Amino acid sequence: MEETQEIDIIEQVTQQEYKYGFSTDIEMDTAPKGLSEEIVRFISAKKNEPEWMLEWRLKAYRHWLTMEEPNWQNFKYPKINYQDIIFYAAPKQKIALNSLDEVDPELLKTFEKLGISLTEQKRLTGVAVDAVFDSVSIATTFKDQLKEKGVIFCSVSEAVQDYPELVKKYLGSVVPSTDNYFAALNAAVFSDGSFVYIPKGVRCPMELSTYFRINAENTGQFERTLIIADDNSYVSYLEGCTAPMRDENQLHAAVVELVANDNAEIKYSTVQNWYPGDKEGKGGIYNFVTKRGICAGVNSKISWTQVETGSAITWKYPSCILKGDNSVGEFFSVAVTNNHQVADTGTKMIHIGKNSRSRIVSKGISAGKSHNSYRGLVKVNRKAEHARNYTQCDSMLIGSKSGAHTFPYIEISNKTAQVEHEASTSKIGEDQIFYCNQRGMGIEEAISLIVNGFCREVLNQLPMEFAVEAQKLLAVSLEGSVG
Amino acid sequence: MLKIKNLKASIEGKQILNGIDLEVKAGEVHAVMGPNGSGKSTLSAVIAGRQEYEVTEGEVLYEGNNLLEMSPEDRAREGVFLAFQYPIEIPGVSTTNFLRTAVNEKRKYHGLEPMEATDFLKMMREKMEQVEMDKSLTSRSLNEGFSGGEKKRNEIFQMAMLDPKLAILDETDSGLDIDALRLVSDGVNKLRNKNNAFIVITHYQRLLDYIIPDFVHVLYKGRIVKSGDKELAKELEVKGYDWIKQEVEQNA
Repeated sequence: MEETQEIDIIEQVTQQEYKYGFSTDIEMDTAPKGLSEEIVRFISAKKNEPEWMLEWRLKAYRHWLTMEEPNWQNFKYPKINYQDIIFYAAPKQKIALNSLDEVDPELLKTFEKLGISLTEQKRLTGVAVDAVFDSVSIATTFKDQLKEKGVIFCSVSEAVQDYPELVKKYLGSVVPSTDNYFAALNAAVFSDGSFVYIPKGVRCPMELSTYFRINAENTGQFERTLIIADDNSYVSYLEGCTAPMRDENQLHAAVVELVANDNAEIKYSTVQNWYPGDKEGKGGIYNFVTKRGICAGVNSKISWTQVETGSAITWKYPSCILKGDNSVGEFFSVAVTNNHQVADTGTKMIHIGKNSRSRIVSKGISAGKSHNSYRGLVKVNRKAEHARNYTQCDSMLIGSKSGAHTFPYIEISNKTAQVEHEASTSKIGEDQIFYCNQRGMGIEEAISLIVNGFCREVLNQLPMEFAVEAQKLLAVSLEGSVG
Repeated sequence: MLKIKNLKASIEGKQILNGIDLEVKAGEVHAVMGPNGSGKSTLSAVIAGRQEYEVTEGEVLYEGNNLLEMSPEDRAREGVFLAFQYPIEIPGVSTTNFLRTAVNEKRKYHGLEPMEATDFLKMMREKMEQVEMDKSLTSRSLNEGFSGGEKKRNEIFQMAMLDPKLAILDETDSGLDIDALRLVSDGVNKLRNKNNAFIVITHYQRLLDYIIPDFVHVLYKGRIVKSGDKELAKELEVKGYDWIKQEVEQNA
């Protein structure tokens, strides 16, 4: 009886799989395959960039050539052939759009299908969206309303044209173009992403969000996001992402930089649902991302929340440099892996300012044959008097073929620091599942309920409407994880 | 409602139930008593559908259907409820959230729409009052950090919410002080009616002072060796189980 039940569940899963796996048939403007100085120039020219921007890219590219791909991670992946990737792909359309009416209806339909309506009147009030399709931003909603408050929310390509001083000042200030292999690659070829500037004393009146969609085959996505919260300002930003189901792995190497000045607060939430590959581990996105924020000013705060359910491999450590005195860094993470997925994720909290505080709450769930690693660094510099950190790392295993790993690093150079670390590993219990069964819940509902309970602390950090989405996503990601 | 015929079951190759016969009709309360290791909890686990137990022989009919062919969740949705001897903790899931999922899963199975949040909360309040359940428990994580008494009362509360046809109470009295015992029993008595039935599994007669059974069965070595009315329970209280054991050995 047990076996037939297992088969039933597997059947359900093969029928239901990844919901966002469709692709859009649209005429594209693409760069030739491969990477060279020519390609970097091609991308820059496509975007009509000023000379300084091109120089910045070329410098990054030349540096990248001298670098080696890192190999300290807790997983293996086939060597990426960078000459086999298309580094730029954009839907053919007029470069400058005056209004949403000019967006290709096929693109609007694609986003509708993903549940992202770009028609402003249909949008949830309180959320402005920037929609990025392959290498370009195709629309940003509520721009004008935001502008009235002085808030700049646009694609980074537009920012290069319209706000060059801000871009020059902050681009690469948190993640230098030489930072690491994938950050250097991104700096050379980054295509689009969001740019946010919140002026002094402004509390951004709505949630800002970017929706990333990979569509084209054999392309990589290299977006770059830059958010600056000036003195006494506040912003909450959310990103979501999906991709079609394809048999080849696709590289997504993004960079996100956050800057919080005096008394400013940035809340950055991610719901990552790139295509995870099929049950056998074929295809899926390599999600190799560098995310870092600096609490540059006194009393500033940066809070990362991430729900990672997609991608074949997730490899990223959203971090905080706590430079300002009394600054606060937070990292809340849920990483779910199923089938052959891999996640190696965590954070770095670098304490420099006095009384700086950080909090890390990481929940890893591994099912199937997947591996889930938490890797984190808490570093307290010599001058960071009375720095405090609290870290809590919980892992949950589903089935007997998955793995959970924890790699915490702690470096303390100041005696007044207080650092706490708690970790736990549990197996989802047959007793728990049976208890739920006995109350009328099927196995899938039971797992979803138990997992959501396990992650509640993190899910509570998400804005309401996204928390609901994230809960559903957790349930779908774990479908078929128990037989 | 429930007909058990020559039920034999084993776990990890070890036979625990050796041919149980039992019939339970609507409106009845059956007490199943017996010494430790006699198979009381196995019986409840097999009825509820725990996978670890293998039924080797016999049948269980529930409202005319083969219960053993139904998944544990379908049994629950059809109205079989088990109050656990050791209720399970589910961290991060409130009793409210847990029950809303349970109630709506059951409704879905019966082709009903999910309950409106306000109706659900109203039902929660009513049932809480009915079984004298402390409000603060419903917002805490299910059974996490609950005292033994709180866990058992939470089971009774869940039973009230799910309104089963057949409820099995597996040693619900174990670990309860006299006040908690009374509250739990009051809850059960309020839920008793002519349409539902209870199987009360207990080691001691004490619980049966509060929940008066129509029938008492003594389970020993995986068989029902003696049945009677509530007087049998009283006899057991005075004489213990040894005389029954002896009787069985003599007849063997």
